Amino acid sequence: MTPPRSLFSRATLGLLLALIGTAALAASTPPAVPADSLYQLKAALTDQDARTFDFSAGHGKPRLISMFYADCPYMCPLLIDTIRKTEGELPEAARARLDVLLVSFDAERDTPAALKALAEKRRIDTARWTLARADAADVRRIAALLDIPFRQLADGSFSHAGVMILLDADGRVVARSETMGKLDPAFVTALTQTLSPATPSP
Amino acid sequence: MRAAAFLHGATRWLLGLTACVAAMGAAAAPDYRPIPATGFTSVLATEADATPVPLAAYALRSEPVTNAEFLAFVQAHPEWRRGAVAGVFADQRYLEHWAAPDHLGADAPPDQPVTRVSWFAADAYCRAEDARLPTWLEWERAAAASASVADARNDPAWRRELLDWYSQPSSQGLGRIGGEPNLYGVRDLHALVWEWVDDFSALIVAPDSRDQGDPDRLKFCGEAALSLRDRDNYALLMRVAMLSSLKAVNTTMNLGFRCARELP
Repeated sequence: MTPPRSLFSRATLGLLLALIGTAALAASTPPAVPADSLYQLKAALTDQDARTFDFSAGHGKPRLISMFYADCPYMCPLLIDTIRKTEGELPEAARARLDVLLVSFDAERDTPAALKALAEKRRIDTARWTLARADAADVRRIAALLDIPFRQLADGSFSHAGVMILLDADGRVVARSETMGKLDPAFVTALTQTLSPATPSP
Repeated sequence: MRAAAFLHGATRWLLGLTACVAAMGAAAAPDYRPIPATGFTSVLATEADATPVPLAAYALRSEPVTNAEFLAFVQAHPEWRRGAVAGVFADQRYLEHWAAPDHLGADAPPDQPVTRVSWFAADAYCRAEDARLPTWLEWERAAAASASVADARNDPAWRRELLDWYSQPSSQGLGRIGGEPNLYGVRDLHALVWEWVDDFSALIVAPDSRDQGDPDRLKFCGEAALSLRDRDNYALLMRVAMLSSLKAVNTTMNLGFRCARELP
């Protein structure tokens, strides 16, 4: 009994609504994370200024990632020095484009205040470097994702390897280095290429 | 009219009931057994540090997670289906022995432990079950119990029995769950599959056990040079060595998992 015209307009209206819905959805959804991106992992982090952010929030910019803990007598100062030395090889303009994220193994003791104290003690530029903590389960997931083995020892300290990992703007691993205390030329090359103006980050 | 309405109502009620019973069947509550607090000396203890470590009480799944249970999980969490899972969370052979991403088939009996699962997948399953992966210490502590004794590790007969289990060739294929319960009512800790633990990645942290030849590759915070005290416990050390060799994305045909929970 329904006139064909009415049917047509109803269908058109439906199609229009569907299109608008799709457009709205597309606008509100962030760009898809590639399947080989470490930003597939969602993990809640808190930085030295008690700001919370997600591990995947680095999406869009190259990032140098490592894991450490504040009360670490030997490896972690060496790790921080190695990252400094490595990024020191970059021209200043390229260095300014690099984010550095250090995630703590020590969910219990590395509060934002403890991270802040370390940043001040080591004169870390927190405009580009972020010291972050996560709860123990997320620390485990991040370390698994970065393939950094660690173990808490009976005295509360952590046994872990010193590792630097370079992610591209999409969160894919570009380079990895376990050379500590001196420059790793292959890693420096990867860093320079990733940050060179010829391949600007989107 | 009234009769039809009644019939309609009754049918709906019956359908609802059937759906409800089906849901219960698919998601029978997993069985967790309380493991009491104790002082425990791990096989990982060093000669210098062999005093028992206090270990809090917890609850452990009485059985490894089965194919049927993992199928229900991937149906509820499609991002963990074979083919859909992100490459950073599982290797290419993830759930390879299943007939299809949502179908077990002949090579994956429902009551067999699920294997070919990565650490990330095991971690996600346990979270969905309001649980977590056990730590190595929690796993080892439950697995130290025989049917009658909480710590049977120094019993030569128990050690021999364990080694007999471990020496069965894996080519025989996986068994089904339902082995003899130990003192705590936990089953299949030894004879069936290897199991992921939360802290699998650095069980042995001495440089000589993980070094790949590059002397710069491994440097550690803290006292890392462990010298293991209990070198005669081959069955457990074999398990430790196997777990330490894995990466979190790896899957193997003999590696499954079970979950643990805090006690209320």
